[in-house]
Amino acid sequence: MSSIIHGPGAATALSTFNPVDSKKLTNLSVRSQRYIVAGSDASKKKSFGSSLTVRHSQKLIPNAAAVATKKEADTSASTGHELLLFEALQEGLEEEMDRDANVCVMGEDVGHYGGSYKVTKGLADKFGDLRVLDTPICENAFTGMAIGAAMTGLRPVIEGMNMGFLLLAFNQISNNCGMLHYTSGGQFTIPVVIRGPGGVGRQLGAEHSQRLESYFQSIPGIQMVACSTPYNAKGLMKAAIRSENPVILFEHVLLYNLKEKIPDEDYICNLEEAEMVRPGEHITILTYSRMRYHVMQAAKTLVNKGYDPEVIDIRSLKPFDLHTIGNSVKKTHRVLIVEECMRTGGIGASLTAAINENFHDYLDAPVMCLSSQDVPTPYAGTLEEWTVVQPAQIVTAVEQLCQ
Amino acid sequence: MALSRLSSRSNTFLKPAITALHSPIRRHVSTDTSPITIETAVPFTSHLCESPSRSVETSSEEILAFFRDMAQMRRMEIAADSLYKAKLIRGFCHLYDGQEALAVGMEAAITKKDAIITSYRDHCTFIGRGGKLVDAFSELMGRKTGCSHGKGGSMHFYKKDASFYGGHGIVGAQIPLGCGLAFAQKYNKDEAVTFVLYGDGAANQGQLFEALNIAALWDLPAILVCENNHYGMGTATWRSAKSPAYFKRGDYVPGLKVDGMDALAVKQACKFAKEHALKNGPIILEMDTYRYHGHSMSDPGSTYRTRDEISGVRQVRDPIERVRKLLLSHDIATEKELKDMEKEIRKEVDDAVAQAKESPVPDSSELFTNMYVKDCGVESFGADRKDLKVTLP
Repeated sequence: MSSIIHGPGAATALSTFNPVDSKKLTNLSVRSQRYIVAGSDASKKKSFGSSLTVRHSQKLIPNAAAVATKKEADTSASTGHELLLFEALQEGLEEEMDRDANVCVMGEDVGHYGGSYKVTKGLADKFGDLRVLDTPICENAFTGMAIGAAMTGLRPVIEGMNMGFLLLAFNQISNNCGMLHYTSGGQFTIPVVIRGPGGVGRQLGAEHSQRLESYFQSIPGIQMVACSTPYNAKGLMKAAIRSENPVILFEHVLLYNLKEKIPDEDYICNLEEAEMVRPGEHITILTYSRMRYHVMQAAKTLVNKGYDPEVIDIRSLKPFDLHTIGNSVKKTHRVLIVEECMRTGGIGASLTAAINENFHDYLDAPVMCLSSQDVPTPYAGTLEEWTVVQPAQIVTAVEQLCQ
Repeated sequence: MALSRLSSRSNTFLKPAITALHSPIRRHVSTDTSPITIETAVPFTSHLCESPSRSVETSSEEILAFFRDMAQMRRMEIAADSLYKAKLIRGFCHLYDGQEALAVGMEAAITKKDAIITSYRDHCTFIGRGGKLVDAFSELMGRKTGCSHGKGGSMHFYKKDASFYGGHGIVGAQIPLGCGLAFAQKYNKDEAVTFVLYGDGAANQGQLFEALNIAALWDLPAILVCENNHYGMGTATWRSAKSPAYFKRGDYVPGLKVDGMDALAVKQACKFAKEHALKNGPIILEMDTYRYHGHSMSDPGSTYRTRDEISGVRQVRDPIERVRKLLLSHDIATEKELKDMEKEIRKEVDDAVAQAKESPVPDSSELFTNMYVKDCGVESFGADRKDLKVTLP
């Protein structure tokens, strides 16, 4: 899995590399020496040191206009409006469609029906049938069509009614979406956004509770992000639409009704950046999507017991934001990963490998990864609860790691 | 480009000779653009639409261009055959010889604004769209100067400025992409069409019918062209399709069956299809064609068909011979002139091969370029994860 040493702010950052705090980096520099082949990147022949650049402490905003000054949106800002997560997604989508006439939405029941999770409600009335397209039930074909349209410069947003259905479009996503930019020698870009709800819901059954991030993570050429709050949902949606790379945006079925106050002004979230949810000292807990809430619930219990966990919502599933994660590991020396993917071959598995490889010397204990069980998600409520990580298990794991 | 070269040659030809234009003895190599009408040998068969007329409007210049372009394509594929046997081309190499009439006939009916997307048998389609021989050979040999910088290979030729969208390895996957191109043309009100080429093997893919349904529903200007060369690798059409009438399989979508070895018939059908698609939505064209080589260079091509069949088609239906006969019978060129042209083409192809052989291979840094657009600082590892780590720009 690819790893990041320096903060990956997008294009604009390249010209403003600022090796601040090089003292702090020397340890890392020395250790990583053996990994670097100097000059293997032809176009940017930077010296070794500067490739390990420290990211600005400010969030880097690629193309956005104004930027919210706080990462968290549960803010003390007096302006701002409250809305639910699906409304935030809708707002982001609508603003981008207003801004760029090339953005269109394709999916099943996104138009007249308004979207099965109401993310595209009202858009068909506003933008018409040519921009909000109701497709027949053929994921392979309409994903392929969106990719073909993107080759000419359109920016389609593909909705999978449930992420699990996108397995039918795997060929198009892997071979065409991920690879066309490379195999055409850079002639074509594929600025699509593939989005949809996934994850374990409330007794939806095995086929409708899949976590596709683990299947897609190996595809070269795509980016994956997972949203978890209305603030980052809107920000990531907008960033994904503006990105020239294909981005898969993972939403979660159970998070659509979360309510939060978000800023009024235009903002986007960096696609490759992780979010610090709760700074702490004792242990780093890495999580994303719905498990963030289980972790925060466990954190309350942990705080009462005297622990100080640092919680990071990794948000960017491909590539990982190893800068933020690395800094946290260097501070706390203990890592717990809490995810909803299966144990085998999930995001947590890749993240464990990446952390071990890059930050081994900073760890006081082995990286522990709590994931869902390697079973199809059962229907029965109690069984379903046991397949997914619960807050009590998180508390136990932290206590175990912090002994 | 080819024609201007020809005309300058013909001028030197002309100077010593007398030229009464009606001289029956030695007609100069013709650059006449005045219209000639030629009847196609085989009638069109249609499904849910009227057939176009069998009388094709063309000109001496055009027929000569057909000859030249097809001869060049044929030479290129044969050169690729030798290069593959010499192990300069590796992997998969799918050759188009026998099917050239399709590429040139289609080009004669359309503009560069119309898009073409095809499968992995894309070398000649690339040339037809204006690709250069040396770019093609460089890509086949994996050199930096190839049309995809050596990173695509035989199955991934693309030419964005000529609206040629490739070049796809997975059977049938280009069909939804092609319908997407047509969708973009409609979205942008381009007044152009997309030709989506696929084979008789791909005609059984579900995604074809899915994409066709959407194209018909949304009235997209997509023309689906089934290059029926009668064999899906080693499986004949009668063994893979319950209904091998591919032009009818669109059911509610009109279709036309065309003699794909006759460049003029192909031109007529594509012209007709373009007009149809711009007004009425998708149409299927089934081109009855044949490939002399096997499915790819790894396939001898003779285990599932007899050599007599192959030579039979070559004698009776070869597209280049057909055009040659046309040129001779209409006195547009003489035997010798055509032979000279072929010699010149052979030299041209050999020169391109030589030039491509000299080109450099890509540097190792190219491994990580074009992964992402404005690659955002991601670090990528080589296979052993210790070396060849690079920060994507």
